[in-house]
Amino acid sequence: MSQDAVKTKFFPPDRSFYTPVNMVVGCIMAVGLLFTVLRFTGGLSMVTNLDDNYPWGLWIGFDLMAGVALAAGGYTTSAACYLFGMKRFHSAVRPAILTAFLGYALVVVSLHYDVGRPWRLPYPLFWSQGTTSLLFEVGLCVALYLTVLFLEYSVTALEWLGLKKLRHIIHRLTLVLTIFGVILSTLHQSSLGALFIIAPSKLHPLWYSQYLAVYFFISSMFAGLSMVIFEGSLSHKYFHDKMDDTYLGEHDGVVLGFAKGASFIMFAYLVIKVIGIAMDNTWHYLGSGYGMWFLVEMLGFVALPGFLYAVAVRDRNFGLIRKAALITVLGIVLNRLNVCLIAFNWYLPLEDRYFPHIGEIGLTIFMVTIGVVAFKFIVTRMPIFYEHPDYKESH
Amino acid sequence: MHDVIYTLQDFMLHTKNITYILMGVGLVAYVAFWNFLTGKDDDHEAAGKEE
Repeated sequence: MSQDAVKTKFFPPDRSFYTPVNMVVGCIMAVGLLFTVLRFTGGLSMVTNLDDNYPWGLWIGFDLMAGVALAAGGYTTSAACYLFGMKRFHSAVRPAILTAFLGYALVVVSLHYDVGRPWRLPYPLFWSQGTTSLLFEVGLCVALYLTVLFLEYSVTALEWLGLKKLRHIIHRLTLVLTIFGVILSTLHQSSLGALFIIAPSKLHPLWYSQYLAVYFFISSMFAGLSMVIFEGSLSHKYFHDKMDDTYLGEHDGVVLGFAKGASFIMFAYLVIKVIGIAMDNTWHYLGSGYGMWFLVEMLGFVALPGFLYAVAVRDRNFGLIRKAALITVLGIVLNRLNVCLIAFNWYLPLEDRYFPHIGEIGLTIFMVTIGVVAFKFIVTRMPIFYEHPDYKESH
Repeated sequence: MHDVIYTLQDFMLHTKNITYILMGVGLVAYVAFWNFLTGKDDDHEAAGKEE
């Protein structure tokens, strides 16, 4: 490829670079890079409020815990399409895989900021395997699943680059990769919750349960489905011109099907959360301040959107489905922050509680912005919302 | 049921009683919710075929 061809491929000439959105993104990037320099020259204390009580802060609670849950759309969508034979969801697979790939990639990038000595991240895999540790399992699964997502996504990139032979080889692995992805997701989505089982005295009894692993896994399913609906509605608004007739024709069916699935799973989640309270006999905590906060999470961010989904599916009300998806996505973020930060060390006096440093908040916004920019870069260039004309027969 | 739980036996009996009742209620409610969720599916399918 000539230099001009590369320039045209990566930076189409019909777009102005100096738009208001690009200027804001540029400012966020500049601040993010500044915090990055501070983090890697001054250490964690320069840009975080982490301490012995809170070794895990916003980067784990939001970037990792919420990020992994919201990236679950990858395995739910590909499993529905390729394993359960729901081919009517096929057009949603590529956007979902891309969202998941970028989500997991940014989780790993965030971990490099959060881990004290990031160059030692491969140690548990190659030098000293802690096979009895849940963190080892999470690390191994995330590393393998990121590889799986990269291979699944690479089919799109190879079509764009015109590398047909390599694309055909990887495309043949779709079913194996999907099965592998579902297994790995089942393992690490649940293990992220199981990590907290070791801290019964630190996590508030309303959030602590021996079934935390089950809660995290089941909530990841409706989180992923809701994220696909949420991301799809935004893409519909901003990338409508990139979508082919197949995608546009299937979109309503995807939204309705996923909303129905999410509603069904959310009802089950609500039931097992109530059963968890009954098993641990923690009813009396519901009358406390933390109890009120727990009810806000359960009723406002699980029961309400689950019911809204159901009403919207009955009435074919797509606006209501989008609202329910947004509430669910916010609810998952709230749940992960509650478990990881807000209900963690709940008995500590206020002055000892953790509040994120401006550097942590800035770098989190930086990560989300990188994800959005990368998503936009890819969907405006590669066949995500449309089928590449050379490969229409292969799907 | 006693107001105070003295032994693990008391605790398990108390929590299991409530849990089993909740499970029964949950299963019945689940069927009702499924009927509510899919209640209009046939109507929409018929409308779709007419179109």
